[in-house]
Amino acid sequence: MESQLVDKQAVQANRITDAFTQKSGSLLNVYFTAGFPNLGDTVSVLEGLEQAGADFVEIGMPYSDPVADGETIQKSNMQALENGMSLTVLFEQLADIRSRVSVPILLMGYINPVLQFGVERFCQKCQEVGVDGVILPDLPLDLYLDEHEPIFRHYGILNIFLITPQTTDDRIRLIDEHSEGFIYMVSSASITGSTSGVSDEMLAYFDRINAMNLRNARLIGFGIKDSETFQMANKYASGAIIGSAFIRLLQENGADVGKITAFVEGVRG
Amino acid sequence: MTVLEPQTSFEVSNKGFYGSFGGAFIPEMLYPNVEELRRNYLAIMGDPAFQAELQALLTDYVGRPTPLFLAERLSNQVGATVYLKREDLCHTGAHKVNNTVGQILIAKRLNKQRIVAETGAGQHGVATATVCALMGLECIVYMGSIDMKRQQPNVDRMRMLGATVVPATSGSQTLKDATNEAMRHWINNPVDTHYIIGSVVGPHPYPDMVARFQSVISEEIKTQLLAKTGRENPDYVVACVGGGSNAAGAFFHYLHEPSVRLVAAEAAGLGVLSGHSAATTALGKPGVLHGSRTILMQTDDGQVTEPYSISAGLDYPGIGPLHAHLFNSGRGDFYAITDDEAIQAGFQLSKLEGIIPAIETAHALAALPKMNMKPSDVAVVCLSGRGDKDLAIYSKYL
Repeated sequence: MESQLVDKQAVQANRITDAFTQKSGSLLNVYFTAGFPNLGDTVSVLEGLEQAGADFVEIGMPYSDPVADGETIQKSNMQALENGMSLTVLFEQLADIRSRVSVPILLMGYINPVLQFGVERFCQKCQEVGVDGVILPDLPLDLYLDEHEPIFRHYGILNIFLITPQTTDDRIRLIDEHSEGFIYMVSSASITGSTSGVSDEMLAYFDRINAMNLRNARLIGFGIKDSETFQMANKYASGAIIGSAFIRLLQENGADVGKITAFVEGVRG
Repeated sequence: MTVLEPQTSFEVSNKGFYGSFGGAFIPEMLYPNVEELRRNYLAIMGDPAFQAELQALLTDYVGRPTPLFLAERLSNQVGATVYLKREDLCHTGAHKVNNTVGQILIAKRLNKQRIVAETGAGQHGVATATVCALMGLECIVYMGSIDMKRQQPNVDRMRMLGATVVPATSGSQTLKDATNEAMRHWINNPVDTHYIIGSVVGPHPYPDMVARFQSVISEEIKTQLLAKTGRENPDYVVACVGGGSNAAGAFFHYLHEPSVRLVAAEAAGLGVLSGHSAATTALGKPGVLHGSRTILMQTDDGQVTEPYSISAGLDYPGIGPLHAHLFNSGRGDFYAITDDEAIQAGFQLSKLEGIIPAIETAHALAALPKMNMKPSDVAVVCLSGRGDKDLAIYSKYL
């Protein structure tokens, strides 16, 4: 198991928190799957997104059973695994990434590969290569607090939590209290790649959360796919996360910097 | 049926753990649904009105109690006394309905309008479609597209019962992927839908809730065995384990009786080391799948391995967290049974006792000769399901 960590130092300066102090709104976080469409594309896509002006990049750690993801991201996960992607390979690819890009980097994925890699070793590697934050949707708040929080804090890795339209106010307060960086606000009751569009119910939820005056910034994700949905999200939060739409672009065009730039500019409108 | 309060280490903890296994590793999108269930399931199950309704259905609809049958000719072959707990005589042909009648009554009390379920062999899907028809609730069943081909009669049964059967085409296209798809469906429909998980897997409270609904099996065994032999406790209780719901039910009231050995038969497929197996405890290590930490077949990188078994109901890369704890603590004896051993055991029971078992169940029967029983030993085998659905497979061996 993990070593006993007594060091509970406050989270040190982090590129994610810096991004929110440097820019007040319209922050764009773009998700892509590591090793997709080709194993060696991870760094090219990352550099392309930095050049295109993404404010954050979220690198998906592929998993065989991504239950919170829709078909587009499921398929990119399967493709990446077939290509040979793993956490070991990913950390190798990112070994000198901080000499190449300065954009804040998050890793997003499911808990089991991280458990097999070792949570402490994972956080240590994140710190070593310059990853700033992690999103693990199936690591719930209570289990994170019970077992892993001291390790994440020790290595200065921000763990980002999700909230949804069904999350109660009390639980949102609890998540806000234990979050650093931002809260990932899932736009609707759905898996990723939802095409349900913007509903009155969704806007009422955004208003409700706005009125809570949370201490953390929020980025809205799930169903954000173009300029229209990005602008909508910016009205209610500090920015948004785009995933499936970008995966479709990579699927069609590969890691083409020109296409990536055009995509990001298109989303920014 | 009485609802037990947690007593010892084989009961689930407040946070949903059996030892180090269990918990609720779920994305936030599922948290409200699972939390609603966690807060309410014990109170609902403890309500006398609920128990009365459940008992009436178990008696008049499911056909309980199921017989405990002394299999004399099989006993002679095995060299010990073997009783069969005839869950195959339940309505719909397997133990699965014990759980679905219970969960649909819970779903109704939570005002759910729609039921989603996963199925492997189709037995749980049929049991779910059956109670949905009975209660007039919409029913959506996810089934791996490979399983739909090898269990076509059950697909037809579900459709005849009014259910929508949706093929799971992702991943290995079997039970694991059907479960993923059912969970995704629940994420997309969090308010009005209840997910009836068919085994003692999934996030807390599912493993405990399903085990409690299946515990009627061991409750009846105790009474019936006492009446027949003067003793409540056999020396062995034997059951097959995919996720492990019939085993959990057969073991439940014996968990704290150390004199009773709990024997679990897993599917070794073509052989434990053949690369085509579903023998989870032999091949797996601790990991998280479908919301709980359990023993899991996986690669060194933590990717879930595609299991294989001739039996669609045992073709699962994990086991319920209770069983992981029984294995880890040494409380349970786990045997890996190959396809061929199971098929032979299925034919043996058919010819000796006139009972054609499900291929899943045949794995439990195949464990009997491996257990080194003494002539004075008494074993109860949970005969979890009937073999009609498997005739296409058995007929290849005729």
